[in-house]
Amino acid sequence: MVTTLLDARHARHIAEQVPDPELPMLTLADLGVLRGVDLTDDGTVVATLTPTYSGCPAMAEMRADVAARLRDAGYAHVEIRTALDPPWSSDWITQEGRRKLADHGIAPPGAAPRHGTAPVPLVLSPTRHTVPCPRCGSADTEETSRFAATSCKALWRCRACREPFEYVKEI
Amino acid sequence: MSDDHVYMTLAEGHEDDTRWAYGTGFEDPLHGVDTTVPEGVDPAELAAECVALADDALVSAQRLAEWTTRAPELEEEVALANIGLDLLGQARLLYSRAGQADGTDRSEDAYAYFRDAGDFRNVRLAELPCGDFAFSIVRMLLLSSWRLARFQRLTAHADPVLAAIATKGVKELAYHRQYAAEWAVRLGDGTPESHRRMRTALEKAAPYLGELFTACDVREEVVADLRQVTAAAGLPMPVYRPLSGSGRHGEHTEHLAPLLAELQSVARAHPEAAW
Repeated sequence: MVTTLLDARHARHIAEQVPDPELPMLTLADLGVLRGVDLTDDGTVVATLTPTYSGCPAMAEMRADVAARLRDAGYAHVEIRTALDPPWSSDWITQEGRRKLADHGIAPPGAAPRHGTAPVPLVLSPTRHTVPCPRCGSADTEETSRFAATSCKALWRCRACREPFEYVKEI
Repeated sequence: MSDDHVYMTLAEGHEDDTRWAYGTGFEDPLHGVDTTVPEGVDPAELAAECVALADDALVSAQRLAEWTTRAPELEEEVALANIGLDLLGQARLLYSRAGQADGTDRSEDAYAYFRDAGDFRNVRLAELPCGDFAFSIVRMLLLSSWRLARFQRLTAHADPVLAAIATKGVKELAYHRQYAAEWAVRLGDGTPESHRRMRTALEKAAPYLGELFTACDVREEVVADLRQVTAAAGLPMPVYRPLSGSGRHGEHTEHLAPLLAELQSVARAHPEAAW
């Protein structure tokens, strides 16, 4: 029993260290897409992942990476499950993950909007939404494009240090 | 840790060729999801619902991809491609769900690549040619407003898989609608030329609205969005006579078949290929 517990903890540790394919400064645990790692009675490691965006092309890569790392670590039987519910939220990026993003010049997300059953309001007036520059810390920044190189990021620029930077969107 | 180093970690090889270029072996977007259809849910109805929503998304994604290298600005090109990618992702999940539900166990590829135009159930608004940027924006506004309202209802669907796909999609569609609405206001309230083009685009798209409101009535939400945007943009609400026929019954314009011919050409030329 003790061995099983240790193995489960070890397997979780291995899976947690897998880097995200598109934001490799983050592990899958930092990003919050690794939803669980369990060891079944017959010794199968079951890792559960959740996709960030429906169209995220990195999802298949994440599944393959987790399976490969666990197998490399000696777990012969690995099963990858997908959890769609609850859907991933940028709120799940850990404090550690947010620090790493900022260290690499990517602004971490603010609090995600909550969508209930009431119609999602369409806001057309300019909103005061400040994203501090991850390089110089200035609040004098502006959005250049809400869509960027990957689904999860927007493109911003800093008016103070003139540097463009990426920003992980709230979702 | 430098950025160079952090990206290098991705190049670490595995012995079993799991890098992207070789394929990952995880083709099913619903891999490892419990796919039991719950009691009380009609599997055929569920599959039909998923196919219609997936067809809207796939056809829209294909039209959005046509803007690549042609959009007015690089940022818009990236935005249109990203929105298309979200929709493609939704289509993949929905096709997979349809294949499990209707008992045929068809893959997403079977739905996307090996059906003809008459088998598609997307609304005709999605398949119309891109036209100018104004028309593409008006179309995105109408389709994303409708889809957002529809998906919000589906979050309470008795099938947990469809409900989960919808819950996730709501977050993405809110961004799509926001993008289209902001451009609609900018163009409608812009120069006389951009205003004229927006009016023309609205008049061209409006007759196809009736088709969106047949199966599930979310007319109120869509009309409210349209009122809000046209008021802010200084555009008139379009007055229209709905067209007869419906893409939901497989009745399409002459524009769908050429779109599919291009979309399906590689898969049909090499039906056994894997990627």
